[in-house]
Amino acid sequence: MLNNQSEIAIIGGGVVGLSVAIGLLQSGHKVIVCDGEDSDARASFGNFGLVWGQGKGWNFAPYAKLTVDAIAAWEDFSKNLNDLSGLDVSLDQNGGFEFFTDPDKLNNFISMLEIQKGHAGNRFNYEALSGDELRNQIPGIGSKVVGATFSQLDGHINPLRFLRALRRAVKVLGGQIKSNASVKKITSNKDGGFSLILANGSVTSSEKVILCAGLGAIKLADQLAFKTNIRPERGELLITEKLGDQLPFISSTIRQVDEGGIQIGGTHADVGMDDNETLDIMVDLARHAVEIYPALSNVRVLRAWGALRVMSPDGYPVYAQSEEYPGAYLITCHSGVTLASLHASILSDWIENNVRAPNLEAFNENRF
Amino acid sequence: MKTDSRFKTLIKSTNDVNFTLFGEIVTVPKGTTLAAAILSNFGEASRITETGALRTAFCMMGVCFDCLVEVDGNPNIQSCMVLVHDQMVVKRQIGLRSIGISKDD
Repeated sequence: MLNNQSEIAIIGGGVVGLSVAIGLLQSGHKVIVCDGEDSDARASFGNFGLVWGQGKGWNFAPYAKLTVDAIAAWEDFSKNLNDLSGLDVSLDQNGGFEFFTDPDKLNNFISMLEIQKGHAGNRFNYEALSGDELRNQIPGIGSKVVGATFSQLDGHINPLRFLRALRRAVKVLGGQIKSNASVKKITSNKDGGFSLILANGSVTSSEKVILCAGLGAIKLADQLAFKTNIRPERGELLITEKLGDQLPFISSTIRQVDEGGIQIGGTHADVGMDDNETLDIMVDLARHAVEIYPALSNVRVLRAWGALRVMSPDGYPVYAQSEEYPGAYLITCHSGVTLASLHASILSDWIENNVRAPNLEAFNENRF
Repeated sequence: MKTDSRFKTLIKSTNDVNFTLFGEIVTVPKGTTLAAAILSNFGEASRITETGALRTAFCMMGVCFDCLVEVDGNPNIQSCMVLVHDQMVVKRQIGLRSIGISKDD
């Protein structure tokens, strides 16, 4: 069997693994990315493309700070990515809304944002708008909307073009992406380093191994003595036909892709690894979109799909080094798009453990 | 020069419907799909895409979306999936449709 040697092996070729690969490659490391199979639960193929802060880390200060850092780093990151890949991911950071049709939920969310603001200092702010203020600002918002919060930090990208740009950037930087490379077993070698045994029987060896496999990490984490229990959470999405004019807002549940289609989503279900879409949720999503912006009522939905979020027990990211197997790392998070700007930059310092390394202790596994 | 249709209607009908196709009054047998009516009466593009590409009906079974037209003011209608009715007004679909106006308030 061919034995592939590399300095750093990344398990997972989605948004998280590829972003981490870019940072390491730009710091001069030799990297191989093992990407799984088409039948895997690929969150990077089904996501919403938000670069989003509202609500993130309101009850966990380190995450609130990490999120504002990530949002602030996105402009440079998208330029870097554009230079490397030749692809523009259409970053739009002109602010985003959270709309509410229930006054209690609006007030609850405002209290959460107030705490979040306390964590992030003057780097995060928001506005609360009543339904009428909102309708004055954005004509066409539905009469059932009782209010909204707005953060000027929030925005989005084109998620599929982003994935393509990441893959291209990794290749341009000399990284190797191995497709259909489903890692079945990880062993640590006596003289240091790791061997990854793939489904096809081939072996890849590396000095370090970084587990970024999303839900694929469920089966691999304990082989490296990581104890994080990752679980799937299904979200369902709709996308409409492409429209020639621009939707006058972005929200975390309704956004227009730069190509014209409107994506509608934001549902949560605990249904194991089942990523099917369901009729009742599709109806709810369509009803929600029309309540917020009634002009969407005659727009056609073209496709619906389910996708599985990657959730840690408390929903916050995990950046952990294995105590039992030095040189093994676990990186897992739900907000792989928002955090990508940091994954592609400061995480290489953390893996090198150099003087610039960010303090990510709050995100290790001791909290579980 | 106007391109003539490359298709011929074989069935002769005594039960016809009249409708307006791209500004002209056209007569077709009742039960004709709009896509068939377009192909048998019009040899040019029935749709121009956002990027300027010329399109007309292709798959005839609701899959390719190349036959989109505006029917009675409704944009992006798949002409292969609707039957022609009397007084129908059909316009070419040029570029992307717009969101339209709010019906709520």
